Amino acid sequence: MSMTDIQSRVEAIAAQYDIPKEKFKRVEREGRIHDERLQTKAIGYLGDAWIRFRKDKSAVVAFCLILLLALFAVIIPIFSSYTVNFRDPYYRNILPRAGLFQNAGFWDGGKRLTQNEAGYQYLNAIGQETGKPAVMKVYDEFTDAQGQKHYKLRVDTYYQIGFVYQNLSESEYLALQAYQNETGIQVIYPLAKTHNKNAESYINGNDGANFWYLLQDEGRNTDGAAVLDENGNYIPNYITSSNPKAANYDSLRIEGDGENGVWYTYAFPQGRQGNYYKVRVDYEEYFNYQNHFYPSFLFGTNVHGQDIFTCLAIAARFSLLLAITVASINFVLGMIYGSIAGYYGGWVDMIMERISDILASVPFIVVATLFQLHLADKVGPVVSLLFAYILKGWVGTAATVRTQFYRFKGHEYVLAARTLGASDKRLIFKHIFPNSLGTIVTGAVMTIPGVIFSESMLSYLHIINLDTHRTLTSIGTMLSQGQAQLQTFPHEILFPAIFIAILEISFNLFGNGLRDALNPSLRGADS
Amino acid sequence: MSNRQGLIKYILQRVLLMLLTLFIITVMCFVLIKLLPLPLIKEQGRDPTLVLLRREKMGYNKPIMVQFFLYLKGIFTEWDWGVGEQMYDSLPIWDIMMQKLPYTVAVNLYSILISIPLGLGLGIYAALKKNKWQDAFISTTVMVFNSVPSYVYAFVVQYIFCFTLNWFPLQLASLSKAGSLFSWTMFTSMVPAIMSLSFGSIAGFTRYTRAELSEVLTGDYMLLARTKGLTKAQAISRHAMRNAMVVILPMIIGAFIDILGGSLIIENIFGIPGIGNLYVTSINLRDYNFFMALTIFYTLIGLVSGIVVDISYGFIDPRIRMGSKK
Repeated sequence: MSMTDIQSRVEAIAAQYDIPKEKFKRVEREGRIHDERLQTKAIGYLGDAWIRFRKDKSAVVAFCLILLLALFAVIIPIFSSYTVNFRDPYYRNILPRAGLFQNAGFWDGGKRLTQNEAGYQYLNAIGQETGKPAVMKVYDEFTDAQGQKHYKLRVDTYYQIGFVYQNLSESEYLALQAYQNETGIQVIYPLAKTHNKNAESYINGNDGANFWYLLQDEGRNTDGAAVLDENGNYIPNYITSSNPKAANYDSLRIEGDGENGVWYTYAFPQGRQGNYYKVRVDYEEYFNYQNHFYPSFLFGTNVHGQDIFTCLAIAARFSLLLAITVASINFVLGMIYGSIAGYYGGWVDMIMERISDILASVPFIVVATLFQLHLADKVGPVVSLLFAYILKGWVGTAATVRTQFYRFKGHEYVLAARTLGASDKRLIFKHIFPNSLGTIVTGAVMTIPGVIFSESMLSYLHIINLDTHRTLTSIGTMLSQGQAQLQTFPHEILFPAIFIAILEISFNLFGNGLRDALNPSLRGADS
Repeated sequence: MSNRQGLIKYILQRVLLMLLTLFIITVMCFVLIKLLPLPLIKEQGRDPTLVLLRREKMGYNKPIMVQFFLYLKGIFTEWDWGVGEQMYDSLPIWDIMMQKLPYTVAVNLYSILISIPLGLGLGIYAALKKNKWQDAFISTTVMVFNSVPSYVYAFVVQYIFCFTLNWFPLQLASLSKAGSLFSWTMFTSMVPAIMSLSFGSIAGFTRYTRAELSEVLTGDYMLLARTKGLTKAQAISRHAMRNAMVVILPMIIGAFIDILGGSLIIENIFGIPGIGNLYVTSINLRDYNFFMALTIFYTLIGLVSGIVVDISYGFIDPRIRMGSKK
């Protein structure tokens, strides 16, 4: 319709409806008429991927879990009171305890134990002297066929330690007394007389420090049963003297001390010059005196007295760092290698394929072992492990990239770009590579759980040994330590096993979500 | 050129390539091992001069390539793979390996014989119930079991069935007590290890079967089959399963070859005196003769299983023409 046509029609309409001509206005006076501009922002590749990733609830949950675990691995080693080096000789195989579960009957540092009369008395006596009950609960008592009385108990594994003997130098001894005077906390307790080999076998390596009460058949074949007075109380069996300041002791005294001019003895001079003092200390208080905190292990301790919670965080940090380093290095190496092989094809591809074929055919354990044997002394076990992963790890990525290149390089748009004179570099990095990015990135992410698993397996089998690093441990090492204690202390393996299981599941879920999200051809497929 | 000739040519090509790869890996490992300092001879209970004599015979003082030649010569002329140095004092390595292999094979064979029917069954069921709750349940479980490392099952199985319930012994029964490797006593003592191995492989088989079958079920020829008048069961068993098997069967074949290799960690946990345990011990004790022989063994298993799986595609699927250019 031409301009004059419009004009004549407008005039016709105006005449028909009797509208004055002035009321008409040209719409396009100020410029050309446009369609309305799109107000929405264009969704790029990543934005599109993000929208699809968000829809996959399990992948989002998995991603959050990974973040949480990573946070745990980063933060705990910084703020924890313990380190890998922390090895307590007495707090070994201690059960997990969390403050929140104090009276819950689980996760409270307690364990079930069946004890005979003597054992029950032993545990009760600890609680009586320190004021910290080692027996948390008596479930049941029964008499067996031999007429022996037995108790089913819940025992606090922390308080069960009770007392230990310590050899202190004179200055340490005096400092400890000063601490007692200052805080009013009794750490040093009177020495006990009992020194019986049979009785000592009761005690978890504390040299009989917990037998402060009189035993039956003292000195001979005692079974550790206590002698009780007419009221059913223990009879104290401390070393006594008439001198209140025997062995340089001038500090807090326990209740009942000093009656009738008889004083308990708190230390025993030792060493050639008598400059060492054997003292009997309440171990929890002594621990607090030395470390300035009371012991509490959220995940318990292992057979070496290491805090499992901290060790796990450090092991997790190591695993994640190793895996991420390996994944990124392999991503770069595999990308370069695979692009060259896939893009050029022909004899270049054939030779490169042979090389990666050979590397892929060597079992990983062989590579790891050979690197350990050759390099562990020179660069340490961690770096040699890293080398092993780098040597073999990129092969998979390279194969993926190569396949992607074969897929895309024949496409028309690549041919068009080539016709326009694009260089090889430009074709690879601008045209082909972005298309295969999704598959490659997913592949790289999926190597992370694989690396974590194989590292834990190698350290479980002691093929790599991180013990030379006193500040490092690995999940595999923790698992193998825990496996030795599986029957008696399952908590030692429980936490590392749960951790690695959650990590592996999360990474797999996350990887699946990522694969779907980064694949543009799935756009709108599920909605 | 007929298809059969093409296939033979292809197989020959692959086998030659495999031998070349194996040779290169063997040379590399041999040289790398020989570059390591020789382990000390354990003094107690043995004559060090014997070991020194043996080392002399193996040519330990000659250049490495000469040693390699002697090594190959020993293998090809006398089937002599060397003797144990740090473990199994002076016993031939080949004999020890053949002694250990049956344990590995037995445990893994049981595990596979359980996993295949269970895995296939669950996979088929899940594919048929696709997008229903049964499928969701099976898929989720499979995902979890696929991700969790096998040793975690091993710990759980060991704790529950060996310690708490006391159903199975902690370690493998000795051969003299059990009589034979396939006796009932032996089997029960193997159950924990078999269970630990099976969880993962059941999950693997289920996942593949489900994925393959549910893809096949959407094919046009399935629709045609039903239109032709076949019942659903007929269509699935005659058309869907046969097509899905093209992918599943090679996987099963591969699993059967991998029986020989076994699992290093499961054998370690349950004290199975198998070939994987031997390998780990040889590494930890630095017995390089064992290490070398077992490295060749494991590499060979990997290579052979790769080839057999590839070739089996050609036999199973008539649409694939091996060795043809197109």
